[in-house]
Amino acid sequence: MSTPGVAIIGVGQTSVGEHWDRSLRDLAVEALLSAIQDAGSPAVASLFVGNMMAGELTGQEHLGALVADFAGLRGIEAVRVEAACGSGAAALRLGCMAVASGAADVVAVVGVEKMTDRPGAEVTAALAMAADGDYEARQGLSFVALNALLMRRYMHEHGVTREEFAPFCINAHRNAVGNERAMFPFTISAEDFSKAKMIADPVSLLDSSPVCDGAAAVILTSLETARAMGRRAVRVRASAIGTDTIALHDRRDILELRGAATSAARAYEQAGVTPSDIDFFEVHDAFTIMSVLSLEAAGFAKRGEGVRLGLNEEIGRTGRIPITTMGGLKARGHPVGATGMYQLVEAALQLRGEAGVNQVPNATLGMTQNIGGSGATVVTTILEALA
Amino acid sequence: MNAPHNWRQQSQRYLLEGVQCSACDHRMFPPRAVCTECSGTAMRAHRFCGGGEVYSYSFVYHPPAGHEEFAPYAVALVRLDEGPLVAAQLTDVSAEDVSIGLRVEMVTRRVREDSTDGVIVYGYKFRPTIPPARR
Repeated sequence: MSTPGVAIIGVGQTSVGEHWDRSLRDLAVEALLSAIQDAGSPAVASLFVGNMMAGELTGQEHLGALVADFAGLRGIEAVRVEAACGSGAAALRLGCMAVASGAADVVAVVGVEKMTDRPGAEVTAALAMAADGDYEARQGLSFVALNALLMRRYMHEHGVTREEFAPFCINAHRNAVGNERAMFPFTISAEDFSKAKMIADPVSLLDSSPVCDGAAAVILTSLETARAMGRRAVRVRASAIGTDTIALHDRRDILELRGAATSAARAYEQAGVTPSDIDFFEVHDAFTIMSVLSLEAAGFAKRGEGVRLGLNEEIGRTGRIPITTMGGLKARGHPVGATGMYQLVEAALQLRGEAGVNQVPNATLGMTQNIGGSGATVVTTILEALA
Repeated sequence: MNAPHNWRQQSQRYLLEGVQCSACDHRMFPPRAVCTECSGTAMRAHRFCGGGEVYSYSFVYHPPAGHEEFAPYAVALVRLDEGPLVAAQLTDVSAEDVSIGLRVEMVTRRVREDSTDGVIVYGYKFRPTIPPARR
Protein backbone atom coordinates (compact mmCIF):
# COMPACT_ATOMS: atom_id res chain seq x y z
CA MET A 1 0.00 0.00 0.00
CA SER A 2 1.26 3.46 -0.85
CA THR A 3 1.05 6.38 1.55
CA PRO A 4 -1.22 8.80 -0.28
CA GLY A 5 -0.96 12.38 0.80
CA VAL A 6 1.09 12.24 4.00
CA ALA A 7 3.24 15.26 4.84
CA ILE A 8 5.87 16.16 7.41
CA ILE A 9 4.98 19.60 8.80
CA GLY A 10 7.42 19.84 11.68
CA VAL A 11 10.82 18.51 12.73
CA GLY A 12 12.83 18.57 15.96
CA GLN A 13 16.08 17.05 17.20
CA THR A 14 18.41 17.18 20.18
CA SER A 15 22.15 17.30 19.73
CA VAL A 16 23.73 13.83 19.62
CA GLY A 17 26.34 12.92 22.21
CA GLU A 18 26.97 11.78 25.76
CA HIS A 19 24.19 13.56 27.64
CA TRP A 20 25.24 12.76 31.21
CA ASP A 21 22.87 15.39 32.61
CA ARG A 22 19.81 14.34 30.64
CA SER A 23 17.44 11.38 30.88
CA LEU A 24 15.66 9.43 28.16
CA ARG A 25 12.44 11.31 28.85
CA ASP A 26 14.22 14.70 28.79
CA LEU A 27 15.63 13.97 25.33
CA ALA A 28 12.38 12.61 23.87
CA VAL A 29 10.35 15.53 25.21
CA GLU A 30 12.80 18.14 23.91
CA ALA A 31 12.75 16.71 20.36
CA LEU A 32 8.98 16.24 20.41
CA LEU A 33 8.11 19.72 21.70
CA SER A 34 10.52 21.24 19.23
CA ALA A 35 8.82 19.39 16.36
CA ILE A 36 5.34 20.40 17.56
CA GLN A 37 6.44 24.03 17.74
CA ASP A 38 8.01 23.81 14.27
CA ALA A 39 4.65 22.53 12.96
CA GLY A 40 2.78 25.52 14.38
CA SER A 41 1.53 23.75 17.51
CA PRO A 42 -1.32 21.64 16.09
CA ALA A 43 -3.33 19.29 18.34
CA VAL A 44 -1.58 15.89 18.23
CA ALA A 45 -3.92 12.87 18.15
CA SER A 46 -1.41 9.98 18.18
CA LEU A 47 2.19 9.43 19.25
CA PHE A 48 4.54 6.66 18.10
CA VAL A 49 7.82 6.31 20.01
CA GLY A 50 10.66 4.42 18.29
CA ASN A 51 13.14 2.90 20.74
CA MET A 52 15.18 -0.28 21.04
CA MET A 53 16.80 -0.66 24.45
CA ALA A 54 15.10 1.46 27.11
CA GLY A 55 14.23 -1.60 29.20
CA GLU A 56 17.76 -3.03 29.09
CA LEU A 57 19.70 0.21 29.48
CA THR A 58 17.43 2.58 31.43
CA GLY A 59 15.09 0.23 33.29
CA GLN A 60 12.10 1.83 31.61
CA GLU A 61 9.53 0.26 29.31
CA HIS A 62 6.12 1.72 28.37
CA LEU A 63 7.56 4.69 26.51
CA GLY A 64 4.35 5.66 24.69
CA ALA A 65 2.63 6.74 27.88
CA LEU A 66 5.84 8.07 29.47
CA VAL A 67 6.65 10.45 26.64
CA ALA A 68 3.03 11.54 26.12
CA ASP A 69 2.75 12.26 29.85
CA PHE A 70 5.94 14.34 30.15
CA ALA A 71 5.32 16.17 26.85
CA GLY A 72 2.00 17.42 28.22
CA LEU A 73 -0.02 15.20 25.88
CA ARG A 74 -1.69 13.06 28.55
CA GLY A 75 -4.77 11.32 27.17
CA ILE A 76 -3.69 10.88 23.54
CA GLU A 77 -3.13 7.54 21.82
CA ALA A 78 0.53 6.60 22.36
CA VAL A 79 2.59 3.42 21.82
CA ARG A 80 6.21 2.37 21.45
CA VAL A 81 7.55 0.72 18.28
CA GLU A 82 10.57 -1.60 18.35
CA ALA A 83 12.52 -2.96 15.37
CA ALA A 84 16.09 -2.86 16.76
CA CYS A 85 18.17 -0.16 15.01
CA GLY A 86 15.26 0.30 12.58
CA SER A 87 12.86 1.38 15.34
CA GLY A 88 12.84 5.07 14.35
CA ALA A 89 11.76 4.76 10.73
CA ALA A 90 9.48 1.83 11.63
CA ALA A 91 7.65 4.21 13.98
CA LEU A 92 7.37 6.69 11.09
CA ARG A 93 5.87 3.95 8.91
CA LEU A 94 3.14 3.36 11.50
CA GLY A 95 2.57 7.10 11.77
CA CYS A 96 2.11 7.29 8.00
CA MET A 97 -0.37 4.41 8.12
CA ALA A 98 -2.37 6.21 10.83
CA VAL A 99 -2.60 9.40 8.76
CA ALA A 100 -3.16 7.68 5.39
CA SER A 101 -5.95 5.52 6.80
CA GLY A 102 -7.70 8.52 8.26
CA ALA A 103 -7.38 7.07 11.77
CA ALA A 104 -5.56 10.17 13.01
CA ASP A 105 -5.27 13.68 11.63
CA VAL A 106 -2.06 14.87 13.28
CA VAL A 107 0.52 12.28 14.36
CA ALA A 108 3.79 12.77 16.23
CA VAL A 109 6.68 10.33 15.81
CA VAL A 110 9.75 10.47 18.05
CA GLY A 111 12.80 8.22 18.09
CA VAL A 112 14.87 8.15 21.27
CA GLU A 113 17.78 6.20 22.74
CA LYS A 114 19.75 6.68 25.97
CA MET A 115 22.85 4.48 25.82
CA THR A 116 25.62 6.08 27.83
CA ASP A 117 24.39 5.32 31.38
CA ARG A 118 25.68 1.72 31.22
CA PRO A 119 29.21 0.25 30.95
CA GLY A 120 30.44 -0.67 27.45
CA ALA A 121 30.13 -4.45 27.79
CA GLU A 122 26.46 -4.14 28.87
CA VAL A 123 25.68 -1.87 25.92
CA THR A 124 27.48 -4.31 23.61
CA ALA A 125 25.38 -7.17 25.01
CA ALA A 126 22.15 -5.18 24.63
CA LEU A 127 22.97 -4.25 21.02
CA ALA A 128 23.67 -7.91 20.22
CA MET A 129 19.99 -8.63 20.98
CA ALA A 130 19.22 -7.08 17.57
CA ALA A 131 20.61 -10.31 16.13
CA ASP A 132 19.60 -13.90 17.00
CA GLY A 133 19.88 -13.98 20.79
CA ASP A 134 20.40 -17.73 21.15
CA TYR A 135 22.44 -18.50 18.03
CA GLU A 136 24.52 -15.36 17.50
CA ALA A 137 24.63 -13.16 20.63
CA ARG A 138 25.00 -15.97 23.19
CA GLN A 139 27.76 -17.58 21.12
CA GLY A 140 29.84 -14.46 21.86
CA LEU A 141 29.24 -12.63 18.59
CA SER A 142 28.91 -8.92 19.24
CA PHE A 143 26.98 -6.81 16.76
CA VAL A 144 30.30 -5.43 15.53
CA ALA A 145 31.51 -9.01 14.97
CA LEU A 146 28.55 -9.76 12.69
CA ASN A 147 29.44 -6.73 10.59
CA ALA A 148 33.05 -7.87 10.60
CA LEU A 149 31.98 -11.25 9.18
CA LEU A 150 30.17 -9.39 6.39
CA MET A 151 33.11 -7.08 5.71
CA ARG A 152 35.65 -9.92 5.67
CA ARG A 153 33.54 -11.93 3.24
CA TYR A 154 33.00 -8.87 1.04
CA MET A 155 36.76 -8.20 0.90
CA HIS A 156 37.35 -11.88 0.09
CA GLU A 157 34.75 -12.21 -2.66
CA HIS A 158 35.38 -8.87 -4.34
CA GLY A 159 39.13 -8.47 -3.84
CA VAL A 160 38.74 -5.26 -1.82
CA THR A 161 41.12 -3.99 0.90
CA ARG A 162 39.93 -2.44 4.18
CA GLU A 163 41.55 0.88 3.23
CA GLU A 164 39.13 1.11 0.30
CA PHE A 165 36.26 1.62 2.74
CA ALA A 166 37.88 4.85 4.03
CA PRO A 167 35.93 7.29 1.79
CA PHE A 168 32.67 6.43 3.60
CA CYS A 169 34.15 7.45 6.96
CA ILE A 170 35.93 10.51 5.54
CA ASN A 171 32.76 11.75 3.78
CA ALA A 172 30.60 11.31 6.89
CA HIS A 173 33.03 13.25 9.09
CA ARG A 174 33.46 16.01 6.51
CA ASN A 175 29.67 16.47 6.44
CA ALA A 176 29.39 16.42 10.24
CA VAL A 177 31.53 19.57 10.44
CA GLY A 178 28.57 21.55 9.07
CA ASN A 179 26.02 19.96 11.43
CA GLU A 180 25.79 21.65 14.83
CA ARG A 181 23.91 18.62 16.25
CA ALA A 182 26.63 16.13 15.26
CA MET A 183 28.64 14.22 17.86
CA PHE A 184 31.93 14.24 15.90
CA PRO A 185 32.16 17.48 13.88
CA PHE A 186 35.76 17.01 12.77
CA THR A 187 37.53 15.64 9.71
CA ILE A 188 39.30 12.27 9.39
CA SER A 189 42.16 11.50 7.00
CA ALA A 190 42.86 8.33 5.04
CA GLU A 191 45.89 7.85 7.27
CA ASP A 192 43.75 8.11 10.44
CA PHE A 193 41.47 5.46 8.94
CA SER A 194 44.24 3.02 8.11
CA LYS A 195 45.76 3.34 11.61
CA ALA A 196 42.48 3.02 13.53
CA LYS A 197 42.22 0.54 16.38
CA MET A 198 40.39 -2.74 15.68
CA ILE A 199 37.05 -3.44 17.40
CA ALA A 200 36.39 -6.74 15.59
CA ASP A 201 38.87 -7.28 12.79
CA PRO A 202 38.52 -5.98 10.00
CA VAL A 203 36.03 -3.48 11.53
CA SER A 204 37.95 -0.66 13.21
CA LEU A 205 36.84 2.23 15.39
CA LEU A 206 36.62 4.41 12.26
CA ASP A 207 34.36 1.94 10.46
CA SER A 208 31.96 2.09 13.41
CA SER A 209 29.27 4.48 14.58
CA PRO A 210 29.45 5.58 18.24
CA VAL A 211 27.41 4.73 21.34
CA CYS A 212 25.49 7.91 22.25
CA ASP A 213 22.23 9.55 23.31
CA GLY A 214 19.71 11.54 21.30
CA ALA A 215 16.15 12.03 20.13
CA ALA A 216 14.55 13.29 16.92
CA ALA A 217 10.91 13.83 15.99
CA VAL A 218 8.54 14.77 13.18
CA ILE A 219 4.89 15.81 12.98
CA LEU A 220 2.78 14.18 10.24
CA THR A 221 -0.56 15.12 8.79
CA SER A 222 -2.48 14.72 5.56
CA LEU A 223 -1.42 16.78 2.57
CA GLU A 224 -4.84 18.46 2.66
CA THR A 225 -4.54 19.48 6.30
CA ALA A 226 -0.97 20.69 5.71
CA ARG A 227 -2.20 22.92 2.86
CA ALA A 228 -5.15 24.18 4.91
CA MET A 229 -2.75 25.06 7.75
CA GLY A 230 -0.48 26.84 5.29
CA ARG A 231 2.51 24.92 6.63
CA ARG A 232 5.82 24.43 4.86
CA ALA A 233 5.60 20.71 4.18
CA VAL A 234 7.67 17.82 2.89
CA ARG A 235 5.69 15.00 1.32
CA VAL A 236 6.23 11.35 2.29
CA ARG A 237 6.22 9.72 -1.13
CA ALA A 238 7.00 6.24 0.17
CA SER A 239 7.52 4.38 3.44
CA ALA A 240 8.17 0.66 3.18
CA ILE A 241 9.46 -2.09 5.47
CA GLY A 242 11.14 -5.27 4.25
CA THR A 243 12.36 -8.14 6.42
CA ASP A 244 14.96 -10.90 6.18
CA THR A 245 16.16 -13.73 8.43
CA ILE A 246 17.02 -12.55 11.94
CA ALA A 247 20.38 -14.38 11.78
CA LEU A 248 23.12 -13.78 9.24
CA HIS A 249 23.80 -17.53 9.01
CA ASP A 250 20.29 -18.29 7.75
CA ARG A 251 20.73 -16.24 4.56
CA ARG A 252 21.50 -17.95 1.29
CA ASP A 253 23.89 -15.12 0.41
CA ILE A 254 25.01 -12.98 3.33
CA LEU A 255 26.25 -10.18 1.01
CA GLU A 256 22.83 -9.67 -0.52
CA LEU A 257 20.75 -7.58 1.90
CA ARG A 258 17.41 -8.96 0.76
CA GLY A 259 15.43 -7.01 3.32
CA ALA A 260 17.03 -3.81 2.02
CA ALA A 261 16.40 -4.75 -1.60
CA THR A 262 12.76 -5.63 -0.86
CA SER A 263 12.18 -2.49 1.17
CA ALA A 264 13.78 -0.25 -1.49
CA ALA A 265 11.84 -1.93 -4.33
CA ARG A 266 8.58 -1.37 -2.44
CA ALA A 267 9.49 2.26 -1.80
CA TYR A 268 10.38 2.90 -5.47
CA GLU A 269 7.08 1.33 -6.51
CA GLN A 270 5.07 3.42 -4.03
CA ALA A 271 6.73 6.62 -5.20
CA GLY A 272 6.83 5.66 -8.89
CA VAL A 273 10.55 6.51 -9.11
CA THR A 274 13.88 4.79 -9.82
CA PRO A 275 17.26 5.19 -8.10
CA SER A 276 18.34 7.72 -10.74
CA ASP A 277 15.57 10.08 -9.56
CA ILE A 278 16.94 10.23 -6.00
CA ASP A 279 18.93 13.42 -5.27
CA PHE A 280 20.52 12.23 -1.99
CA PHE A 281 20.44 9.10 0.17
CA GLU A 282 20.77 8.90 3.94
CA VAL A 283 22.26 5.41 4.30
CA HIS A 284 22.46 3.40 7.52
CA ASP A 285 26.23 3.65 7.96
CA ALA A 286 26.37 1.94 11.36
CA PHE A 287 29.49 0.35 9.83
CA THR A 288 31.18 1.20 6.51
CA ILE A 289 30.24 -2.24 5.14
CA MET A 290 26.53 -1.46 5.77
CA SER A 291 26.76 1.69 3.59
CA VAL A 292 28.22 -0.39 0.78
CA LEU A 293 25.67 -3.21 1.03
CA SER A 294 22.80 -0.71 1.35
CA LEU A 295 23.91 1.18 -1.79
CA GLU A 296 24.08 -2.11 -3.69
CA ALA A 297 20.72 -3.39 -2.42
CA ALA A 298 18.99 -0.10 -3.22
CA GLY A 299 20.21 -0.17 -6.81
CA PHE A 300 22.93 2.51 -6.78
CA ALA A 301 25.71 0.03 -7.56
CA LYS A 302 26.02 -3.52 -8.82
CA ARG A 303 27.00 -6.32 -6.48
CA GLY A 304 30.63 -5.87 -5.43
CA GLU A 305 30.83 -2.32 -6.80
CA GLY A 306 29.30 -0.30 -3.96
CA VAL A 307 32.73 0.40 -2.51
CA ARG A 308 33.70 2.13 -5.78
CA LEU A 309 31.10 4.86 -5.24
CA GLY A 310 33.32 6.07 -2.42
CA LEU A 311 36.59 5.61 -4.29
CA ASN A 312 35.22 7.48 -7.34
CA GLU A 313 34.05 10.40 -5.15
CA GLU A 314 30.40 9.94 -6.10
CA ILE A 315 29.05 10.12 -2.52
CA GLY A 316 30.00 13.73 -1.67
CA ARG A 317 27.57 16.65 -1.47
CA THR A 318 27.89 17.40 -5.19
CA GLY A 319 28.54 13.81 -6.34
CA ARG A 320 26.23 11.50 -8.27
CA ILE A 321 24.56 10.19 -5.11
CA PRO A 322 25.35 12.25 -2.00
CA ILE A 323 25.07 10.14 1.19
CA THR A 324 25.22 10.85 4.95
CA THR A 325 24.81 14.54 4.13
CA MET A 326 24.73 15.65 7.78
CA GLY A 327 27.36 13.22 9.07
CA GLY A 328 25.48 9.93 9.03
CA LEU A 329 25.51 7.40 11.84
CA LYS A 330 29.31 7.49 11.84
CA ALA A 331 29.79 11.17 12.68
CA ARG A 332 26.40 12.65 13.58
CA GLY A 333 26.09 9.64 15.87
CA HIS A 334 23.89 6.53 16.17
CA PRO A 335 21.50 6.73 19.13
CA VAL A 336 20.02 3.47 17.94
CA GLY A 337 16.22 3.83 18.17
CA ALA A 338 16.47 7.52 17.26
CA THR A 339 18.66 7.08 14.20
CA GLY A 340 15.89 6.50 11.66
CA MET A 341 14.22 9.69 12.85
CA TYR A 342 17.48 11.69 12.61
CA GLN A 343 17.82 10.52 9.01
CA LEU A 344 14.27 11.72 8.29
CA VAL A 345 14.67 15.06 10.07
CA GLU A 346 17.90 15.70 8.13
CA ALA A 347 16.29 14.69 4.83
CA ALA A 348 13.35 17.00 5.54
CA LEU A 349 15.75 19.89 6.28
CA GLN A 350 17.56 19.22 2.98
CA LEU A 351 14.24 19.31 1.11
CA ARG A 352 13.18 22.52 2.90
CA GLY A 353 16.46 24.08 1.80
CA GLU A 354 17.53 24.49 5.45
CA ALA A 355 20.66 22.30 5.51
CA GLY A 356 23.01 25.31 5.64
CA VAL A 357 26.52 24.70 4.37
CA ASN A 358 25.56 21.03 3.82
CA GLN A 359 22.72 21.86 1.46
CA VAL A 360 22.54 19.46 -1.49
CA PRO A 361 21.96 21.71 -4.52
CA ASN A 362 18.47 21.46 -6.09
CA ALA A 363 17.38 18.55 -3.89
CA THR A 364 13.74 17.61 -4.52
CA LEU A 365 13.70 13.86 -3.79
CA GLY A 366 15.54 12.36 -0.82
CA MET A 367 15.69 8.78 0.40
CA THR A 368 16.54 7.30 3.80
CA GLN A 369 17.23 3.68 4.68
CA ASN A 370 17.13 2.59 8.32
CA ILE A 371 18.42 -0.93 9.01
CA GLY A 372 17.53 -3.06 12.02
CA GLY A 373 19.90 -5.82 13.10
CA SER A 374 22.21 -7.14 10.40
CA GLY A 375 19.48 -6.41 7.83
CA ALA A 376 16.48 -8.25 9.31
CA THR A 377 14.26 -5.15 9.31
CA VAL A 378 14.86 -2.44 6.72
CA VAL A 379 12.76 0.70 6.37
CA THR A 380 13.10 2.81 3.23
CA THR A 381 11.46 6.23 3.10
CA ILE A 382 11.30 8.63 0.16
CA LEU A 383 10.56 12.31 0.83
CA GLU A 384 9.75 15.02 -1.70
CA ALA A 385 10.04 18.80 -1.48
CA LEU A 386 6.75 20.59 -2.04
CA ALA A 387 6.79 23.85 -3.95
CA MET B 1 21.66 -17.85 31.02
CA ASN B 2 19.14 -19.36 33.40
CA ALA B 3 18.55 -23.07 33.97
CA PRO B 4 15.41 -23.67 31.86
CA HIS B 5 16.80 -21.65 28.96
CA ASN B 6 20.03 -23.65 29.09
CA TRP B 7 18.24 -26.98 29.52
CA ARG B 8 15.89 -26.72 26.55
CA GLN B 9 18.75 -26.03 24.11
CA GLN B 10 20.91 -28.98 25.14
CA SER B 11 20.40 -30.88 21.88
CA GLN B 12 21.49 -27.91 19.83
CA ARG B 13 24.46 -26.86 21.93
CA TYR B 14 25.82 -30.29 22.88
CA LEU B 15 24.84 -32.32 19.80
CA LEU B 16 24.46 -29.76 16.98
CA GLU B 17 20.98 -31.10 16.37
CA GLY B 18 18.90 -29.35 13.72
CA VAL B 19 16.14 -30.53 11.41
CA GLN B 20 15.70 -32.01 7.95
CA CYS B 21 12.62 -31.18 5.88
CA SER B 22 10.68 -34.34 5.06
CA ALA B 23 9.42 -32.84 1.79
CA CYS B 24 12.64 -31.52 0.19
CA ASP B 25 15.41 -32.92 2.47
CA HIS B 26 16.80 -29.41 3.15
CA ARG B 27 18.78 -29.37 6.41
CA MET B 28 18.63 -26.47 8.85
CA PHE B 29 20.33 -25.40 12.06
CA PRO B 30 18.88 -24.42 14.49
CA PRO B 31 15.56 -26.28 14.22
CA ARG B 32 12.58 -24.43 12.83
CA ALA B 33 8.96 -25.33 12.11
CA VAL B 34 8.77 -24.10 8.51
CA CYS B 35 11.29 -25.09 5.81
CA THR B 36 13.27 -22.12 4.45
CA GLU B 37 13.36 -23.72 0.99
CA CYS B 38 9.92 -25.22 0.34
CA SER B 39 7.80 -23.94 3.27
CA GLY B 40 7.07 -27.56 4.22
CA THR B 41 6.17 -28.16 7.86
CA ALA B 42 7.03 -31.83 8.33
CA MET B 43 10.45 -31.94 10.02
CA ARG B 44 12.59 -34.67 11.51
CA ALA B 45 15.58 -34.21 13.77
CA HIS B 46 18.96 -34.18 12.07
CA ARG B 47 22.25 -34.33 13.94
CA PHE B 48 25.01 -32.56 12.03
CA CYS B 49 28.36 -34.33 11.77
CA GLY B 50 30.25 -31.27 13.04
CA GLY B 51 32.65 -30.94 10.11
CA GLY B 52 32.85 -27.82 8.01
CA GLU B 53 34.97 -24.94 6.84
CA VAL B 54 35.41 -21.30 7.76
CA TYR B 55 33.23 -19.07 5.54
CA SER B 56 34.12 -15.77 7.24
CA TYR B 57 35.81 -14.83 10.52
CA SER B 58 36.68 -12.04 12.91
CA PHE B 59 38.49 -11.42 16.20
CA VAL B 60 36.48 -9.83 18.98
CA TYR B 61 38.46 -7.31 21.05
CA HIS B 62 35.44 -5.69 22.76
CA PRO B 63 33.22 -8.57 23.89
CA PRO B 64 29.65 -8.39 25.16
CA ALA B 65 29.02 -8.89 28.89
CA GLY B 66 29.48 -12.56 29.80
CA HIS B 67 32.36 -13.10 27.40
CA GLU B 68 35.02 -10.69 28.73
CA GLU B 69 37.33 -13.35 30.17
CA PHE B 70 37.79 -14.98 26.76
CA ALA B 71 38.76 -11.81 24.83
CA PRO B 72 40.26 -11.48 22.36
CA TYR B 73 38.66 -14.50 20.72
CA ALA B 74 37.99 -15.66 17.17
CA VAL B 75 34.44 -16.01 15.81
CA ALA B 76 33.37 -17.42 12.47
CA LEU B 77 30.59 -18.39 10.17
CA VAL B 78 31.24 -22.08 9.55
CA ARG B 79 29.80 -23.77 6.45
CA LEU B 80 28.78 -27.21 7.74
CA ASP B 81 29.41 -30.12 5.38
CA GLU B 82 25.64 -30.71 5.15
CA GLY B 83 25.00 -27.15 3.95
CA PRO B 84 23.96 -24.65 6.64
CA LEU B 85 26.10 -21.88 8.07
CA VAL B 86 26.53 -21.72 11.84
CA ALA B 87 27.86 -18.79 13.88
CA ALA B 88 30.33 -19.83 16.57
CA GLN B 89 33.63 -19.17 18.28
CA LEU B 90 36.82 -20.77 17.03
CA THR B 91 39.08 -22.40 19.59
CA ASP B 92 42.48 -24.12 19.86
CA VAL B 93 43.86 -21.95 17.05
CA SER B 94 46.16 -18.96 16.83
CA ALA B 95 45.09 -15.84 14.96
CA GLU B 96 47.56 -16.20 12.12
CA ASP B 97 46.29 -19.70 11.33
CA VAL B 98 42.67 -18.62 10.73
CA SER B 99 41.65 -18.20 7.10
CA ILE B 100 38.60 -18.54 4.88
CA GLY B 101 38.39 -22.18 3.81
CA LEU B 102 40.08 -23.57 6.95
CA ARG B 103 38.72 -27.06 7.76
CA VAL B 104 37.18 -27.16 11.23
CA GLU B 105 35.31 -29.57 13.49
CA MET B 106 32.84 -29.04 16.31
CA VAL B 107 34.00 -29.45 19.91
CA THR B 108 32.23 -28.86 23.23
CA ARG B 109 33.56 -25.98 25.31
CA ARG B 110 32.46 -23.56 28.00
CA VAL B 111 30.99 -20.65 26.00
CA ARG B 112 30.15 -18.09 28.67
CA GLU B 113 31.53 -16.92 31.98
CA ASP B 114 29.96 -18.70 34.93
CA SER B 115 26.78 -17.03 36.04
CA THR B 116 25.60 -16.47 39.58
CA ASP B 117 22.70 -18.93 39.21
CA GLY B 118 24.92 -22.00 39.14
CA VAL B 119 24.66 -22.85 35.46
CA ILE B 120 27.88 -23.59 33.61
CA VAL B 121 27.07 -22.95 29.98
CA TYR B 122 28.68 -25.38 27.58
CA GLY B 123 28.15 -25.35 23.86
CA TYR B 124 29.77 -25.80 20.48
CA LYS B 125 32.92 -24.13 19.27
CA PHE B 126 34.99 -25.13 16.24
CA ARG B 127 38.70 -26.00 16.07
CA PRO B 128 40.95 -26.80 13.11
CA THR B 129 40.30 -30.42 12.09
CA ILE B 130 42.79 -32.83 13.62
CA PRO B 131 43.80 -35.51 11.07
CA PRO B 132 42.84 -39.06 12.23
CA ALA B 133 46.52 -40.09 12.41
CA ARG B 134 47.23 -37.46 15.10
CA ARG B 135 44.23 -38.17 17.33
